Amino acid sequence: MSAADTLAGIVVLALNAYVLLGGADFGGGVWDLLARGPRAARQRELVAHAIGPVWEANHVWLILAIVLLFTCFPAAFARISIALHVPLAVMLVGVVVRGSAFTFRSSGVGDAAFERRWGRAFAGASLLTPVLLGVTLGAIASGRVREPGAGSRTFLADYVSPWLTPFGVAVGLLTLACFAYLAAVYLVLEAEDQDLREDFRHRAMRSGIAVLAAAVLALGLAGTGAPRLVDGLVRSPWAIPHVAITAFTATAAFAGLWRRRYGLARVAAAAEVSLLVWGWARAQYPYIVPPDLTVAGAAAPPITLRLVLIGLGGGAVVLIPALYYLFRVFKMPGDR
Amino acid sequence: MPDLLAARAQMGVSLGFHIVFAVIGIAMPLLMVVAEVRWLRSGDTVYLELARRWAKGTAVLFAVGAVSGTVLSFELGLLWPGFMELAGPIIGIPFSLEGFAFFVEAIFLGVYLYGWTRIPARAHVAAGVLVAVSGALSGVFVVIVNAWMNAPTGFILDAGRIVAVDPLAAMANDAAFTQTLHMTLAAYSTTGLAVAGIHAWALRRDPMNAFHLKALKVALFVGAPAAILQPLAGDLAARHVARAQPAKFAAMEALFVTRRGAPLTLGGWPDVEARETRYAIEVPRALSLLTFHDADAEIAALDRVPREDWPNVPAVHLSFQVMVALGGYMALVSVWALAVLGRRRELAGRPRLLLALALATPMGFVATEAGWMVTELGRQPWVIQGVLRTADAVTPMPGLVVPFAAFTLLYAFLGVVVLVILRRLTRHTPVVLDEGR
Ligand code: HDD
Ligand code: HEM
Ligand code: HEM
Repeated sequence: MSAADTLAGIVVLALNAYVLLGGADFGGGVWDLLARGPRAARQRELVAHAIGPVWEANHVWLILAIVLLFTCFPAAFARISIALHVPLAVMLVGVVVRGSAFTFRSSGVGDAAFERRWGRAFAGASLLTPVLLGVTLGAIASGRVREPGAGSRTFLADYVSPWLTPFGVAVGLLTLACFAYLAAVYLVLEAEDQDLREDFRHRAMRSGIAVLAAAVLALGLAGTGAPRLVDGLVRSPWAIPHVAITAFTATAAFAGLWRRRYGLARVAAAAEVSLLVWGWARAQYPYIVPPDLTVAGAAAPPITLRLVLIGLGGGAVVLIPALYYLFRVFKMPGDR
Repeated sequence: MPDLLAARAQMGVSLGFHIVFAVIGIAMPLLMVVAEVRWLRSGDTVYLELARRWAKGTAVLFAVGAVSGTVLSFELGLLWPGFMELAGPIIGIPFSLEGFAFFVEAIFLGVYLYGWTRIPARAHVAAGVLVAVSGALSGVFVVIVNAWMNAPTGFILDAGRIVAVDPLAAMANDAAFTQTLHMTLAAYSTTGLAVAGIHAWALRRDPMNAFHLKALKVALFVGAPAAILQPLAGDLAARHVARAQPAKFAAMEALFVTRRGAPLTLGGWPDVEARETRYAIEVPRALSLLTFHDADAEIAALDRVPREDWPNVPAVHLSFQVMVALGGYMALVSVWALAVLGRRRELAGRPRLLLALALATPMGFVATEAGWMVTELGRQPWVIQGVLRTADAVTPMPGLVVPFAAFTLLYAFLGVVVLVILRRLTRHTPVVLDEGR
């Protein structure tokens, strides 16, 4: 495996971590928006409590993916940034509104109306951002992110048509469904009383079905929307085992929720969503931006790749114990 | 609005917004830690209260700093794909390091905020120190990238394509030391004096309140030495610019004609058409003396630079004058305050000093913004000095005025909200009567 392949793998790993950790934060926002019934206020409280301590740390995974992309695969970064300017810019607005709104709401300075207003902004942005993230990834997978055409093309052709496709939207919805699903499954475990736990258990099962529906929809549309992706999914010798394991984890997650074995459900749901991410990555390989930019072709000079790998290794040695310590501190008995 | 201008304006707005939070994010943790250490040493709970309040404010600002920074890392590509495609492999590594520094900062800020009663005092202070150190490193790493844009090295180009790269040499570029030193001091002096100013103002109205007095002392402890060193660091930076970026230097000094024994131009308005600076005070030969330590040294002026490669001379000159004037004021007030403290005199009974400190509250922020205008506007028309023109780096996408307008409105709105929140967080200050008097 070349250095470029390894680094491309780490980019996917960073995205995977973002989906599992940051994604759950977005999903928390979705459940904030959909909080209903007699326990709505307590549902919101649970979401806020679960996100509170770690959301800033979770965001770093997206940054890591971006930084690795422009350092190690500059041609891919430039191409994506040009063709997908519109969805990325809208996604950024979502990132800013969501992050600020969450902090403003929980800063403890406002009255109830203040908190409600910022709570709504937080929830709305939590809905918007994952969809656009998914649309962006879907556009890349579809093979429509090409070199900008010659002068005669229009704005729509160059800057909208690469991403605004049925397939792209389906991937956006799939992303949203995955995030909501993950959040619900995690929240079942966080909830301390029985009623809240049941609320989120039902939500987890419903959103799990939504994930499956959206995945089927995206796959169906991929036939015309992203033919190469389908080729990659089907052609590879890994295709059947991959689908089989994904199906197995999905079933296990349902079983866990059904039988109230929440630890099992959490692990299985995380594995299920991770397998979706890796399925996309595997199908697209060796292309980083299909139809023509390969991982090897877009890679930076070897010396840069080597230094980045060394840096990542050193960073991991520092960060992993530090993160472990942080989670220990959260679990200790204390004032909050 | 032309697309290139819109892109530049959007970059300027985003960075101008981010830098405010960055400056605070670098220095506030240090103030927190200093207060906490004083509390542990003296058992005086006023310091504990200070550390806790500062930590709370820092958490809000940290979040806004983090999201605006996230936006920036995307914007580099959205607006300047040509720049990133070339620069990424050469100077992307410090950006990755900044990511790590930020991660460490976020983790230990979490430990700090949630650990007050959960972990031993020493571990808590250590977490604070890690937050402070990694915050400073975050700033250092990004500024290294900017220094490289001013003094690019560590690569060989052939017809616009990279043929050889040495990322470590690129990080160790000539401008890196002066710029990171100057920026780090800027963060400490800006935040330190801003906090000092706020409490000095409060002390004028409530001179018996030891809460404000102690806050003022901690803030001065961090801010004043940095403010005193800042002009020296600025001088180092200026002398580097004179050698590496003569066009920027000439614009800073509003110098149109190359000459020996060049004067230092104070104030004035550069008339670019007439190629002269009006209404200025000139100190004979001072510029040559300051820059090359030789009153007769020759200073290259704008007449050595092709007209189309001039930066915006009035803007650069004005920004530079603003920065230097404010820097001078901040340094003098700091000397005064330290002199009073050094002779163990009471700060609270000196309304004139307190007023002078209160006036300095916003100055560091203004000087920081002005300094970045000097650096960035002064580098034009280059995004990488002498290597890549800004016009060749911008995205081909038309209609850039739309994202520019959208992000400007968003940031303006967020800025207002942050101010409101900070006001509310500081509204109720405890009244602690000074037992000493
Ligand atoms: C508290 C803020 C502050 C204060 C009081 C000063 N500066 Fe400054 N200056 C900055 C904050 C700053 C900055 C915002 O941090 C810059 C922008 C880029 C950088 O590295 O630092 C900067 C840049 C900057 C540059 C351009 C460097 C470049 O383009 O590479 C020069 C020549 C100076 N400064 C010189 C001075 C002098 C002679 C000062 C005398 C008082 C001074 N600065 C005070
Ligand atoms: C936070 C402090 C900073 C401020 C306030 C600032 C301000 C600005 C401004 C006003 C512009 C527009 C200049 C013009 O086009 O005339 C600009 C452009 C730019 N800045 Fe900075 N800057 C800062 C730091 C940085 C850093 C640390 C980097 C690099 C890592 C950087 C990279 C760029 C790039 C790539 C452009 C666009 C190309 C160009 O105009 O040269 N800036 N910035
Ligand atoms: C082009 C320029 C810049 C980019 C792309 C950038 C990027 C970022 C990013 C992505 C973050 C969030 C951290 C993360 O999630 O990894 C961040 C935070 C931060 N940045 Fe910047 N930044 C820039 C300029 C600057 C400058 C000029 C400074 C200061 C000298 C600075 C200091 C900080 C600090 C201290 C933080 C921590 C957050 C806080 O304490 O509020 N940044 N930046």
